[in-house]
Amino acid sequence: MIAEIHAGAHALPTSTGLDHRKMGFWAFLGSECMFFGSLIATYMVYKGKSPSGPQPHEILNIPLTSISTFVLLMSSLLMVLALAAVQRGDRLGAKLWLFGTPFFGSIFLAFQVYEFTTFVHEGLTLQVNLFGGTFFVLTGFHGAHVSVGVVWLLSLWVMALRNRLTPVDATIVEIAGLYWHFVDIVWIVIFTFVYLLQ
Amino acid sequence: MEPTPSHPHPSIRTYLMVGAVLTVITAVEISVFYITALARYLAPMLIVLSAAKFSLVVMFFMHLRFDNRIFRWLFAGPLALTIGVVLALIALFLTGH
Amino acid sequence: MSRLRRLTGWLTTVDHKRIGILYGVSAFAFFLIGGIEALLIRLQLAFPRDSLISAETYNQLFTMHGTTMIFLAVMPLSSAFFNFLVPLMIGARDVAFPRLNALSFWIFLFGGIFINASFLFGAAPNAGWFGYANLTSKTFSEGQNLDFWLLGLLVLGASSLIAGFNFIVTIVNMRAPGMTFMRLPTFVWMTLITQFLIILAFPPITVGLILLGFDRFVGTNFYNPAAGGNPLLWQHLFWLFGHPEVYILILPPMGIISEVLPTFARKPLFGYPVVIYSGILIAFFGFGVWSHHMFTVGLGPVADSAFSIATMLIGIPTGVKIFNWLATLWGGRIRFQTPLYFALGFISMFLIGGLSGIMHASPPVDMQQQDSYFVVAHLHYVLVGGSLFGLFAGIYYWWPKIAGRLLDERLGRVNFWLFFIGFNVAFFPMHFLGVMGMPRRIYTYAEGLNWELWNRTSTAGAFLLGVAILVFLFNALVSLRRGAVAPADPWDGRTLEWSIPSPPPSYNFAEVPIVKSRDELWAQKKGRRSAVPRSEASPEAIHLPAPSHYPIVVAFGIITLAAGALTHLWVSVAGAFLMIYGIYRFAFEYRSGAHG
Repeated sequence: MIAEIHAGAHALPTSTGLDHRKMGFWAFLGSECMFFGSLIATYMVYKGKSPSGPQPHEILNIPLTSISTFVLLMSSLLMVLALAAVQRGDRLGAKLWLFGTPFFGSIFLAFQVYEFTTFVHEGLTLQVNLFGGTFFVLTGFHGAHVSVGVVWLLSLWVMALRNRLTPVDATIVEIAGLYWHFVDIVWIVIFTFVYLLQ
Repeated sequence: MEPTPSHPHPSIRTYLMVGAVLTVITAVEISVFYITALARYLAPMLIVLSAAKFSLVVMFFMHLRFDNRIFRWLFAGPLALTIGVVLALIALFLTGH
Repeated sequence: MSRLRRLTGWLTTVDHKRIGILYGVSAFAFFLIGGIEALLIRLQLAFPRDSLISAETYNQLFTMHGTTMIFLAVMPLSSAFFNFLVPLMIGARDVAFPRLNALSFWIFLFGGIFINASFLFGAAPNAGWFGYANLTSKTFSEGQNLDFWLLGLLVLGASSLIAGFNFIVTIVNMRAPGMTFMRLPTFVWMTLITQFLIILAFPPITVGLILLGFDRFVGTNFYNPAAGGNPLLWQHLFWLFGHPEVYILILPPMGIISEVLPTFARKPLFGYPVVIYSGILIAFFGFGVWSHHMFTVGLGPVADSAFSIATMLIGIPTGVKIFNWLATLWGGRIRFQTPLYFALGFISMFLIGGLSGIMHASPPVDMQQQDSYFVVAHLHYVLVGGSLFGLFAGIYYWWPKIAGRLLDERLGRVNFWLFFIGFNVAFFPMHFLGVMGMPRRIYTYAEGLNWELWNRTSTAGAFLLGVAILVFLFNALVSLRRGAVAPADPWDGRTLEWSIPSPPPSYNFAEVPIVKSRDELWAQKKGRRSAVPRSEASPEAIHLPAPSHYPIVVAFGIITLAAGALTHLWVSVAGAFLMIYGIYRFAFEYRSGAHG
């Protein structure tokens, strides 16, 4: 097998020459847009409608969340490096970046856990008001998606450790990457509309 | 059944530059947030900046700029629908109830 | 082969044809359950102040009737056809993801059983098939009825979504050489459009149900007005799904009759491109009309007008299709056989339903009609007169291909006429009842309102409909046991599924067909080309995907996860572990050699 196979550069015997899995995954991401869109819409229509309980400006920690946002953004960079490594058969690079990406993702999750527990201590719970409810459901589902991504990427990392990831597997790494980047862009939207635009 | 033409593949350098740009934009967003003089323009500025980050990640990291346009349509269509629905819902709740 | 091996064969199948049969049989079983619920409803309403059924039971009956018919009967019946026919019609050997296909089916079956299991606990869902908030809150609906409902729908949604991704990739990526998009059979096009509707419409209701789940299980206030929540949020999220859902229910049957009419008129579909573009427009605009279900909640004149205009605009592509179907028949050499009867029934009955729908599109008129039996009439004309007639046309049309036997033509006609008459006697009077002020979802009514005659008439019609279904069942069973053996092409068809034996071999096509036009088989048969073209690719050994038990394992994990929410947390944990285990084994099943 030739080591250099760029994803999509070789045609498959499909009607479009494109990989089934990649196509199916983009369709899935389209569906996920509507999912997160509905959650974001819920947050937006209830914004400012909490008569009591903690309000966003009282409790959201912009400096801290800026750091976690930056960490997540950088994890996307590590992801593309991981894919590039797998595509050119760079085993060491693959092992490094396929660990780095979920590692950064876990740092993001750690920030989230810290944030959630702090907020609860300060009186913001799911039940106390609509801000609590919409905030935790929106960011919670995002965090759940990140967690699934971390598990997925660590599984790929284990495969890489066992030298079982070859350039032929570039597509499955690419698809994991698409998922990871999507989770990142959802966070970009959440960071803007929940944190920055109070 | 024709083979997908081999597309220009971004180099590591390009990815790192995109990463740098993303960092800069994030820094600008946070600065703008704290500069009270700009408070009136906060919303449009942040929307533009985050849209820029969104596009960069989608086009470069997710490779949509270089991929077959079927993938572009598969994503852009639902994205457009989502934005429309979210805006419609916000509008519906601003009026009437 | 031993019985156990035959059973495991069905439990582990990844063959789209078998999965189609599984969907079809399951859907029909649920259809019968939904039908019994309907007959009980009609019995209760036949007489004023009837005490056959209590108010509480009645609420459960109409809720489950709607939920069952929509999610467990019509949608899966359409899925049966997607599964069996789409690969055949595009010249493929299976779908893009055969194991995911099986997974969709098992999730659907377990979800349907789950939601019906609620009856065993006397806790069937009881807040209407659209579960308006905040009747659905824990305060006003204390029992587990709505927990069954919301969990069941979440599970069923997963099934539809997975199938949606599968069929989109299948249709876009697995067409035979030469089958361009504008040569696809109309049924395949309608299927493709429907899958996009599914993957975009199910997420909003998923979110709505999640928010409801949080309110009921965790004590949030998304739909609680006392805490600032807005019950209308539910309505918006629900109808953002609910309106595209009705197009999900009608487009596949429209696709079916777009296949049946040309075959029995012996003429190509009139205006094929226009029919396709109309389907696309209907789907697109279908996302812009959802609040026409909410004209009476006080959205304000601007919103009402916008949604009203959009709704009327949708009537245009719909009407265009009807004209195209009529033009297909015009000038054709028509053979009146059962599939055509049902197709003609579709056109006429759907037309009536469409007309009452256009009436609803006017907000002032809808003020009178909302929540009355006029709406019940409308929805049954489009869903039974439309979807069900279309599906029956498909059943009669493709039965020979699927079962390898013919259905009896005379019994088919008896079935059709009993169905047609029973349907109209049951539902037309509901227009009158609506206009006379009878509300929906009431378990009885007082004497002296003049509602007795039409209610009794409607009940009689419903039972006639029931007899029609029994006739069909009889026809089906007789056919399976000793029906005439079906040839490959009993109707002189136009599309590729008729070019292979009935029933098809496991690999579908011995040689991948090469397609040079629309209605490819017709072109071949009518001698426009000399010999059946052979695929340029060398005939490799036909490799079929191996059976797998992981789909049913993952599906079982998912339903156990859901059941745990009703019982104990550890049940959910066990279900989650089983699901994750199943997913991992599923993902690695084929990794040893070929990449999966």
